[in-house]
Order: sequence, then structure tokens, then C-alpha cells
Amino acid sequence: MTDIGWVGLGISASLVAVAVALSLWRQLGLERSIAWSAVRALAQLLVIGLVLDALLQPGVSSAWAWLWVALMLLIAAWTVARRAPAVPGLFQLALTAFATSAILTLGVLFGFGVFTVNVRTIVPLAGLMIGNSMAATVLVARRLVEELHDKRDEIEARLALGQPAEEAARPYVRNALRTALSPQIETTKVVGLIALPGSMTGLILAGVDPLNAVRVQAAVMYLILGSVAATTTVVGLGVRRRLFTRDHRLVPVAEAG
Amino acid sequence: MFRFEHVTVAGDRRPRLDDATGTVPPDGITVLAGPSGSGKSTLLRCCNRLELPTAGRVVYRGQDVAEQDPLRLRRRVGMVFQRPTPFPGTVRANLLVAEPTLDDGDAVHALEAVGLDASFLGRTAADLSGGEAQRVCLARTLVTRPAVVLMDEVTSSVDPAARLGLENLARGLAETAVNVVWVTHDLDQLRRLADHVLILIRGRVAHAGPAATLEADSPPDVRRFLAALAVDDEVDEP
Repeated sequence: MTDIGWVGLGISASLVAVAVALSLWRQLGLERSIAWSAVRALAQLLVIGLVLDALLQPGVSSAWAWLWVALMLLIAAWTVARRAPAVPGLFQLALTAFATSAILTLGVLFGFGVFTVNVRTIVPLAGLMIGNSMAATVLVARRLVEELHDKRDEIEARLALGQPAEEAARPYVRNALRTALSPQIETTKVVGLIALPGSMTGLILAGVDPLNAVRVQAAVMYLILGSVAATTTVVGLGVRRRLFTRDHRLVPVAEAG
Repeated sequence: MFRFEHVTVAGDRRPRLDDATGTVPPDGITVLAGPSGSGKSTLLRCCNRLELPTAGRVVYRGQDVAEQDPLRLRRRVGMVFQRPTPFPGTVRANLLVAEPTLDDGDAVHALEAVGLDASFLGRTAADLSGGEAQRVCLARTLVTRPAVVLMDEVTSSVDPAARLGLENLARGLAETAVNVVWVTHDLDQLRRLADHVLILIRGRVAHAGPAATLEADSPPDVRRFLAALAVDDEVDEP
């Protein structure tokens, strides 16, 4: 196993100094942000590492890991809601979406024994699933609100023809979902061709056999693809339900900020 | 056809409709006129339940629209909007949204009813001129076989020839027993089209009655509004 040690970490930090120097040279005014982001990332990772270390001690119940997952779900839902404030009730929606997606994707991976259920697997897999779904979740919510705002006339014309809300909204929900899913599909397509993904790089650097690392990475990619599809669909349908009344009227929609 | 009973619709600063009371008779063309912001579109949208009154009720054929199935109501009470709203795809696809079982023969018939020929079926709806698109929107509404068509300033974004064309279509509908409620703030258009008139001022029905006696019967604020429109029309003329 590779251990870069604290000295190694220190030397690699000199690369942050390169970024700071470039910012100074080109007068980007980003030095403080760069330094702060580097320090913050290290602090966050150290905390996570210490907590994981504590959880990985023999005899620790995996309930702690699930508690951690619950906390991640809450933070992710809160972050999504904060990033798309124009979408009504997004916190509950995002929370439902992440939870649904967690049950679906982790259910498959753990239920069929692809990974064994323990602290070492629960936290990182849930983290990957949630972390990678967040951007798409924000995107689908914003995009759908934007569509329903911009195409209001068109949607009301469909409603005026006697189409139920679900049907009248379908083309716009579809557009929003396609927009939100496409980046993940593109990323999945080019994986390995352009950049080696993080999990695999980490495994290879840590001394795992590359083919083994590839299998893990592929499973992780599928996990992400499945979870992005599940979260965006739940959020897309949820936003649609919130923006139409039960008697098939489109409520006034604020412009997505 | 429609009875408005103390209809109020709340708005941001002031009510968009404020205790509006009046009727739309069950025949011919009723022109709904009033200054901009007087609540014409809101009243029209209440007729097919795209909006619900905050207070009061809109009665269609003896029954409160709030108690009717909105989807069935909207197929009886069709609506064409101020700006043409072509859906993505061909004209045929547009007609199929309204009536998925429509065959090409019915579709051509629907187009002919609005003065367009069969060659339009395969054309992309978004590429049509304003007047053509508005005709397609009317055809799309008519394939649901409505008893009433609500037309919300449908000629405001089309050229004068298309304007007259749409007016003739409205007249033709009224003669085939399809009621038309037509919103405008063009006095000449009101005179050309109206069998009945409903004037809204500041969210209230200021006058309702036969078009023939409009000037004679109307209260002072309606006459002021009509006089202002007449001045606008003179200014508009080349």
C-alpha cells in the first residue's frame, strides 16, 4: 500500500503555492480563495478521515455509518434547496429524491452482495452517489422552473385543449430531465479516454490491481448514473406536481434565479 | 352562456377583477372590451378555469365552473390566446395534441375551416406567419368541438389582412352556433364584430348589453373609455 506520509503531503501542497503564484502574477485576485480552498479541503478530509478511522475500529456498529449517510442526505438536500431558491419546497423534494435513490442504488449493490455491507463501504458509496447527483438535481429543478416560466403560454394552451396537467407538462419535464442527465451520460461515455476517474486513480495509487480497480470504478460509474437518473426523475416529477394545482391549473412560476 | 356573479380575483397591488357581475348571452359574438389592465383576460381565463375567482363565481350553463370537471369544461369552452402558441412539430402534430384520434381527412377539414389548405399539414408550426399560426391555433381548438371559443385579443400580433380573416372566422363560427367571446380594445373591431358588449373598467363590469345600443345606454365612464378608444383609432390611421 502506498503511504505518501505527511512530508509527501507537504511537498504536494507546494503545487497550491504554484496556483497562488500564478494568480498573483496574472493579478487574478484569487490567492486567498485558492489558499482557503486548499486548507478547507484538507481540514474537511482530515475530519472525515478521523471519523472514518474511528468508525473502522473493530466492534463499531454500522448504525453509525447509516447515521452518517442520513446526515449527508440532509446536507445535500439543504445545499440543493439553497442553490435553486426559486423552486418551491425543494428541500423536501431533494431529500425524498436522494433517499429514494439511496434505497434503489445501495439496495442493488448491497442487496445482491456486490459490496459487503460495512462501514468501509456504506459511507464512501453513499457519498459518491449523493455527491455526484447534486449538480444534476439542481439543474433539473432550475431548468424545469425555467421551462414552465418561459413556456407558460404554450402550457396553458395545452391545458385549454383539455389536456391533464401531467400530459401538458410532459414535453417540458422531458426537456429538463434530458438536460440534467446529458452531462452524466457524456462523462460516462468518455471515462478512461480523457481522464482516469478519481476512485480508480485512488485505488491504483493505493496499490490495488488495475483490473480490480476498473471493476470497482465501473460499478461506481453505474451507481452514479443510476442515482443521477433516479434523483432527477423524482425531483422533476415532484416540481411538476408542485407547480400545477389539482384542478390542472399552472400556478404562477417565479423566474428561476 | 356565462354568468359572472360578484367575481373577484386578487392581484398583487389591487384586485384584477373586483366584484364583476354580468352575463354573456348564449348566442352570437360577445365582445369584451376595456382599457388595458381592466381584467379582460382574467375574466376570460375564469371562463375555462385557467384561473379560479378568489370570491364570487362564474356560472357556465347554470353550473359553477368551480364545480365542473376542468378537463371536460375546457373542451366545451375552447380558448385562443393573444400570442400564437404553436407547439413544437408540424401543424398535423399540433392538431393531434388536441385530438389524438384525428385522421388526415379530419385534419384537412379542420384546416379548411380556418382558411388554410392541406399543404399546411406537414409544415413546421413554429415557421408559420403570425396570422397563419393563429389560424392553426384556432383549428386546434375547433377540433375539440367546443360550444364556445374564447378569443383573447387574437389579432393583436397579426397584420391587418390576417386580422380581418380572423374576424370573418369568428363571424362564421357564430353563424354555426359556436359562441364567441372576443376580447379587444379596438373600437372599430368592436363595432364590426359585436352582437353583445361587455365593458370592463377597473375590474368591474361597467356596461353589458346589445352592441346596437352601446353608445346610447352606457354610463359616463364607459363613454369616456369609448371616446378615448376613438381618439386612439384616429391616431392609428395612416
